[in-house]
Amino acid sequence: MAQVPVVEDILELSDEPHLVGSRCRSCGTHVFPRQDGCPRCTATDMERVALARRGTLWTWTVQGFAPKAPPYLGDTEHFEPFGVGYVELPHELKVEARLTEADPERLHVGMEMELVLVPLSTDDDGNEIVTFGFQPVEEERSS
Amino acid sequence: MTDVAIVGIGMHEFGRTEDVSGLQQGVVAVRRAVADAGIGWEDVQFAYGGSMAAGAADTMVSHLGLTGLQFINVANGCATGGSALFTAANAIQAGAYDVGIAVGFDKHERGAFRVRTGSRGKDWYGASGLALTTQFFAMKINRYAERYGITPRTLARVAAKAYRNGAENPMAWRRKPLSEDEILASPMLSYPLTHYMFCSPGEGGVALVLCRADQAHRYTATPTYLRAAVVRSRRFGSFEVLSPWIALEDAPGPTVDASRAAYEMAGIGPDDVDVAQLQDTEAGAEVMHMAENGFCEDGEQERMIAEGETEISGRLPVNTDGGCIANGEPIGASGLRQVYENVLQLRGDAGTRQVPGDPRVAYTHVYGAPGISAVTILSR
Repeated sequence: MAQVPVVEDILELSDEPHLVGSRCRSCGTHVFPRQDGCPRCTATDMERVALARRGTLWTWTVQGFAPKAPPYLGDTEHFEPFGVGYVELPHELKVEARLTEADPERLHVGMEMELVLVPLSTDDDGNEIVTFGFQPVEEERSS
Repeated sequence: MTDVAIVGIGMHEFGRTEDVSGLQQGVVAVRRAVADAGIGWEDVQFAYGGSMAAGAADTMVSHLGLTGLQFINVANGCATGGSALFTAANAIQAGAYDVGIAVGFDKHERGAFRVRTGSRGKDWYGASGLALTTQFFAMKINRYAERYGITPRTLARVAAKAYRNGAENPMAWRRKPLSEDEILASPMLSYPLTHYMFCSPGEGGVALVLCRADQAHRYTATPTYLRAAVVRSRRFGSFEVLSPWIALEDAPGPTVDASRAAYEMAGIGPDDVDVAQLQDTEAGAEVMHMAENGFCEDGEQERMIAEGETEISGRLPVNTDGGCIANGEPIGASGLRQVYENVLQLRGDAGTRQVPGDPRVAYTHVYGAPGISAVTILSR
């Protein structure tokens, strides 16, 4: 089954999926999604950039009830709570995203996170519609 | 500059009123406000009004009377009511009119606000399950609570106070007191916030009659004076509701900006305030807004709330009418409800929820989408 992003130009699907944002050539500010003016310095010279795939969790919650559909595209009949948080991408910005972890005991500010694809539903052509999320990076400690 | 007084207040009951449109609830509020001022609709020279989801305010003239007055619609997200008030006060201060109305009303569908951020097929934010205001409030208090030591028990205390005060308010929606344990045990909607810690979108209407302060005694023996009315939007770096991203650098939110500007305009400081109505979209918001409005340092709330300082009998009574938690949130009316409550408190007409000690200065604060805040300061 082929995968398609929930909206083009937000999320690039590839071997290493990444978010697409803009960077201000004047002051270096990053924004997401893309826009043509800088909200910090008001310049209008913005370039398209791939955003970092790893960052740290800045804050989080758990979505405990099914969002209203529309606009939600995910399954509301068999709803499972999902995590939501802001992930701080170094030197770029904090991006809001779904989290693959929904257990409050296993979420904490500062933990390492990496971008993953999160399936939402299937379109009329049988493609899997995906959005983005972040999952905890497995700690490489063996002790 | 001409001072402005509030000489009439009117409200349609908050909650759920089947078969009565949001607009009609606004009409009821206007009729009650003009009656309270001892005037007729034909005496009203101008109006500013708005709703988020219940239609254009100016169409209410077909119910109230086609007098030909200047009626301007206001649409400013969660600050719609505050913006109507600010603009009405400006019309009087500018000398354009002597007496007029600010009105707000609304009627929302049940459940969390349905937020759409783009056209069909482009709304990736809503499609992904991120366009929920509840998530923002949960994430803001979750980070704040960890940083400043705010416990779930404190959040429950705030909500319990709201229902307790709401029980004393005949206009409130939720009038049944709930214990802290019941609040903590209700379903976790968005960690760390449970069902009963949240307000619900609802219905209602509020109208205020404003006039030149030097004419106030024509209408009432107990005028209240508008010392400040301020609306502010967000600045770069602040953490706001419905933000797909936020900047690396941190800036204070629009509440801090609006609050500081209001104190400056009024020549009044937080220590002078006798009663405050603060945006309590959920219990954590009330806690954080206490600090953002200058009433305490970050983290002090844990002790203040445990010691009952924000109770009606406390040092700084907060949300004496039950706030959004007990009244629900009809967006267009919500900010004006706070002013309505403060006028009652300053007149000494708040009945069983009256703040003791003859309060003289009262404060209101709204926060909401899209990162906007409105503050007013009233005094006798």
